[in-house]
Amino acid sequence: MAKIIVVTSGKGGVGKTTTSAAIGTGLALKGHKTVIVDFDIGLRNLDLIMGCERRVVYDFVNVINGEANLKQALIKDKRLENLFILPASQTRDKDALHKEGVERVLNELSEEFDFIICDSPAGIESGAMMALYFADEAIVVTNPEVSSVRDSDRILGMLSSKSRRAEQGLPGIKEHLLLTRYNPERVQKGEMLSVDDVNDILAIKLLGVIPESQAVLNASNSGQPVILDAESDAGQAYLDTVARLTGETVPFRFLNVEKKGLLKRIFGG
Amino acid sequence: MVAMSDPIIELKGSLFPLSVLYCQDFSVASLRQELSNKLAQAPGFFTQAPVVISVENCEQIPDFSAIKQLFTELQLVLVGVCGADATLKKAAHAAGLAALQPPKAGKAEPAKAAPVAAVTPAAPTVITTENKTLEQNIRSGQQIYVKGADLIIRGTVGAGAEVIADGNIHIYGALRGKAIAGAGGDASKKIYCYNMQPELISIAGNYWLSDNLQGDYWGKPVCIGLQDGQLMMAELF
Repeated sequence: MAKIIVVTSGKGGVGKTTTSAAIGTGLALKGHKTVIVDFDIGLRNLDLIMGCERRVVYDFVNVINGEANLKQALIKDKRLENLFILPASQTRDKDALHKEGVERVLNELSEEFDFIICDSPAGIESGAMMALYFADEAIVVTNPEVSSVRDSDRILGMLSSKSRRAEQGLPGIKEHLLLTRYNPERVQKGEMLSVDDVNDILAIKLLGVIPESQAVLNASNSGQPVILDAESDAGQAYLDTVARLTGETVPFRFLNVEKKGLLKRIFGG
Repeated sequence: MVAMSDPIIELKGSLFPLSVLYCQDFSVASLRQELSNKLAQAPGFFTQAPVVISVENCEQIPDFSAIKQLFTELQLVLVGVCGADATLKKAAHAAGLAALQPPKAGKAEPAKAAPVAAVTPAAPTVITTENKTLEQNIRSGQQIYVKGADLIIRGTVGAGAEVIADGNIHIYGALRGKAIAGAGGDASKKIYCYNMQPELISIAGNYWLSDNLQGDYWGKPVCIGLQDGQLMMAELF
């Protein structure tokens, strides 16, 4: 049985797809057979971030409608043996998803994979609800600013009331907080909420803190999940995050302002 | 000194929920019939309940003494009349009844054309459910309502969440959303909260927005209640 993890946030543009790509890739790096499912029907992005946009033939909606089987729609990653992507349909909208169809596809994926990462669309409408409904765990991606935190709070409410686990009275979805675009300098200046501030409001277990990093945009543009850029701070932070997700204890990094060395101070950096 | 200035008795204005009886026919026979039917539907529920009788659409002076007698027989306590004009007031006073202001307009009144007598219990007198205890955070967008009882939350009420109870509200965590106690109109209800940073608090319709609450008590454990129609706040510890 696969573990189904939804990557969600409520708010758009906080890094859900970047996180889905990074965490899916990270789990595959650790040897787990992983599939990342793009639930953002009509606004397909995951394929770009994963660098497989030219190999999309069939998509999630085709599989739901029985126009293609899973084998035809799954795209195998070129870098990693045990990583697959199920792309969204670009020509349809969120109403193309329905619970029965999604459940059937997830059940089928469940037989073959260790992890199913559901990349949720923004919002709290049917698309986002479909993405979170069947989840066992949730990674709530939050930026350190008030509107993102409030939207995350809203999504946490949905997770605890609108999911299958909630409706069937099963143990609740395991919730993780992932803080992205974290900038310790701006936190120090009081321009950004700190980890403690966000923790105080959302009160769920912190899974990781991803620093704001140029590497993320570069990675997106080149279709390489940022976690593969092990030199970068964001890549390392995602590696730590995946380690925590699989039960390891890893200290948090990139929380404090880096002390600049003499050379850095002279030459900038 | 202290003892000398202490008054032996004190008169203080307070608000109480009272049931108001609206009826068309004020004859004792008709009232006996209709009230007995009503009481039979909920035996014991209205036992010794204080009742005010609305005489707004009363055309001739009813026999208040006989009505009072009837109420006593039916194990009800007739407190007074409301909506009385000068003549009716006089008659009520003569029967030892108080003349009260009619309840504020806009409240749910039964249709005046209703042919039968109807006792409308004021909402907060009824305790219909048990207290509700939640051991979880109340997230933005969630709404919790407890009818006729207290709400106890062991967790945080997030910004954009609403917790509402006809009774008291206890929050053993931060309150960042809205808390509405005494929602049924009971002014004696209170809000207790461990860390007060709300968007709004309200008791029996009297409310404060977060703008009015910035200051000494912000982020503190507090108790909020109504005193003489004014919201009052005090530190819990």
